[in-house]
Amino acid sequence: MVSFLLKRLGLVVPTFLGITLLVFALIRLIPGDPVEALSGERGMAPERYQRLIHEFGLDRPLAVQYGEYVWRALRGDLGISVVTHEPVFAEFAARFPATVELSLVAIVFAIVVGVPAGIVAAVKRNTAWDYTVMGASLTGYSMPIFWWGLLLILAFSVGLGWTPVSGRLAIQYDIAPVTGFMLVDSLLAADKGAFRSALSHLVLPAIALGTIPLAVIARMTRSSMLEVLREDYVRTARAKGAGRLRVVAVHALRNALIPVVTTVGLQVGTLFAGAILTETIFAWPGVGKWLVEAIHRRDYAAVQGGILCTATIIIAVNLVVDVLYGVINPRIRRS
Amino acid sequence: MPIRTVRAAVALAVVALAAGASSAAFAAKTLVYCSEGSPEGFNPQFFTTGTTADASSVPIYNRLVEFEIGTTNIVPGLAESWTAAPDGLSYTFKLRKGVKFHSNAKFTPTRDFNADDVLFSYNRMADPSHPFAKVTPGQTYAYFDDMGMKDIVDHVEKVDPMTVKFVLKKPEAPFMADMAMDFASILSAEYADKMMAAKTPDVIDREPIGTGPFQFVSYQKDAVIRYKAFDQHWGGRPKIDNLVYAITTDASVRFAKLKTGECHAMAFPKPADVALMQNDPNINLVQQPGLNVGYISFNVEKKPFDSKLVRQALNMAVNKKAILNNVFQGAGAIAKNPIPSTLWSYNDKIQDYPYDPAKAKALLAQAGYPNGVDVELWYLPVTRPYNPDGKRMAELIQQDWEKVGVRTKLITYEWGEYRKRTKTGEHHAVMFGWSGDNGDPDNFFVPLLGCAAVKGGGNSARWCNDGFEKLIQNAKLATRQADRAGFYVKAQEIFHDEAPWIPIAHSVRFDPIRKDVVGYKMDATAHHFFNKVDMTGQ
Repeated sequence: MVSFLLKRLGLVVPTFLGITLLVFALIRLIPGDPVEALSGERGMAPERYQRLIHEFGLDRPLAVQYGEYVWRALRGDLGISVVTHEPVFAEFAARFPATVELSLVAIVFAIVVGVPAGIVAAVKRNTAWDYTVMGASLTGYSMPIFWWGLLLILAFSVGLGWTPVSGRLAIQYDIAPVTGFMLVDSLLAADKGAFRSALSHLVLPAIALGTIPLAVIARMTRSSMLEVLREDYVRTARAKGAGRLRVVAVHALRNALIPVVTTVGLQVGTLFAGAILTETIFAWPGVGKWLVEAIHRRDYAAVQGGILCTATIIIAVNLVVDVLYGVINPRIRRS
Repeated sequence: MPIRTVRAAVALAVVALAAGASSAAFAAKTLVYCSEGSPEGFNPQFFTTGTTADASSVPIYNRLVEFEIGTTNIVPGLAESWTAAPDGLSYTFKLRKGVKFHSNAKFTPTRDFNADDVLFSYNRMADPSHPFAKVTPGQTYAYFDDMGMKDIVDHVEKVDPMTVKFVLKKPEAPFMADMAMDFASILSAEYADKMMAAKTPDVIDREPIGTGPFQFVSYQKDAVIRYKAFDQHWGGRPKIDNLVYAITTDASVRFAKLKTGECHAMAFPKPADVALMQNDPNINLVQQPGLNVGYISFNVEKKPFDSKLVRQALNMAVNKKAILNNVFQGAGAIAKNPIPSTLWSYNDKIQDYPYDPAKAKALLAQAGYPNGVDVELWYLPVTRPYNPDGKRMAELIQQDWEKVGVRTKLITYEWGEYRKRTKTGEHHAVMFGWSGDNGDPDNFFVPLLGCAAVKGGGNSARWCNDGFEKLIQNAKLATRQADRAGFYVKAQEIFHDEAPWIPIAHSVRFDPIRKDVVGYKMDATAHHFFNKVDMTGQ
């Protein structure tokens, strides 16, 4: 187990280096630079341009800039945002809880709906149930988030008036951030109205963001379940007289869920990618929306730092999933 | 100059009914404004974007002089009156008495506004050795630099506690308009001293204290900015109690929020949504011609644009009406001068070049191009306030020019790259535009068509005409507006005849407001003011 862990950890180092290099290079490959992006039609006085370029260290050789970026990042310093002049890490940390809250609710929604849907589709294979679930999940998977999000807003907020259009909390509630998780903070403030408001604001973005993982989880559960249901021990369980529900829920489900757990872990990346669009549509003050803005403005430090933080989290989650998987399934550890 | 459309719209708003679907009831009157983006910060001295000005200088601060809302007329602000020296080399401001600053958890003012605040605010930007010049890392006084204030103002004197004198390096009539701009906002010197003593000088930029109609309460990044009415505001307390900016970057979502009543006013609607808003019974769509111009400029240093006849011919070859309908979807006005019609000194006697392909062809032949010519047209890669769709506009012009034998190659670059390359004069014909900063005609003529701007790059036609230059320089020296207008009127005649540009259009701006908000006036410099509005039904 220790060697397995070490091996997995060993892979993390080159992954990190790869990410830093990729982000560093990609943002610089986009035409334009952060200082130029600060100016409009008027342009900027050449002296000021030079001074700012120098202040942000953009006049040094690329290799030096890269080395400095990695060296600073290792010490936890992600630099200063060109736009707001605030430390990138503080900017990231201020927005991160919003993204986590949204992603958690979205993934819970995806699991709670996706797993049972997949089981139903597997058990009732080739029936209308199966076709409905599979058809819906294919549609959900194919739906672009920005369009799906707008449709949800038009239907449930503008049309029916059931949910708020966007944001995290109704304007009349002013909850000071403690944990940054609006659901938790509103409970801490003992404000039931704010909690309800926070919950209602989460519904649409969580559905928009959770739809693709839901579709993946439903399909994964179905195929894994089908495979397990064909296993000998399931037949044995049936033969010894176990009820239909017991066979599915106890004997088959446990084993069928192993690949599903892996899939959920992999969906963390999808969630972050989706959050970029979801947050933009729903004016959700999270990391995704901030990163998009940073890319528009060529805020090198913010893009580099933000993506590094995001990548770290995705790597960490996948590491945990891998390790957990190894714990659950001894065959993985040994191979 | 009062603008009729605004008056009509305001009149409409006054008789408007209370909206049906309003958001939850508040004890106090709270106006929610769906803004288009996050402010870069709260000190208007550092930034140039309208988004940041809307969140900082507009609600929180005042200037010595202000633009009258709806026009670019200069009216008293923190200065009650002012006089210009006869030689135009100094301006003396009498300050308003009894003006209170806001207070917050860290600061309670012990004195009223006085000359020290003016000196502090100005010197911080002008003097690199000022203790507050560099308290926030990476900060620059962008607008101050961009407007060339260092070359205009020599120094500021405190004549007595309630009088200040700005001494200029040269006569500069547009100076007064500069003083009404966002960057000229007045900060509290007492607050600065206190924070410096507490060794946290940068707090004054993050937790702003001003004299404006609203006090800053809190900002949750990318989400909400809260302000409350300032009871002791010198201009009278606002009628609403709370002002909340709900930051909503997507224009469609802002519209959805306006429809459901989650916000009462919104910024920058999509042109495609304007018709829907017009038909919405709960929404009042206020509109005003923007302080801007969209144009094509000809690089007169390159063939065939060195020929005046060619430039005139290409002016006649463009069907501006079609562009207005297709690109601006009607939300614009045809331009014939380099300044919009809302600016004083606009020369309405100028007859625009008619759309006349036959005559254009004849002129081209006369200029020595009987078989047409190959040109390049650079088009905008981004949507700008003065041009919703550069590519579409370029395609229409390409077709128009094709008809007179001018074969056009369309070219574009990334926006930063585009500006960089045009500054060096690499282009042929190039699409550009401008939004006025301060409503002074000088702010259009000099940066876009002046001789110094050829070198600076703002003059993309690279057109330097002695007669024209003399007029716009004279207009800087004269202090009486009527005299200045005379120079600009003549300058527009030269511009028309020389045709360094094809002025295309001035876009129209729209502010959609819910009908339960009354008294809203559109601002000429595209800011959003809520200090005079009231809300019915709350």
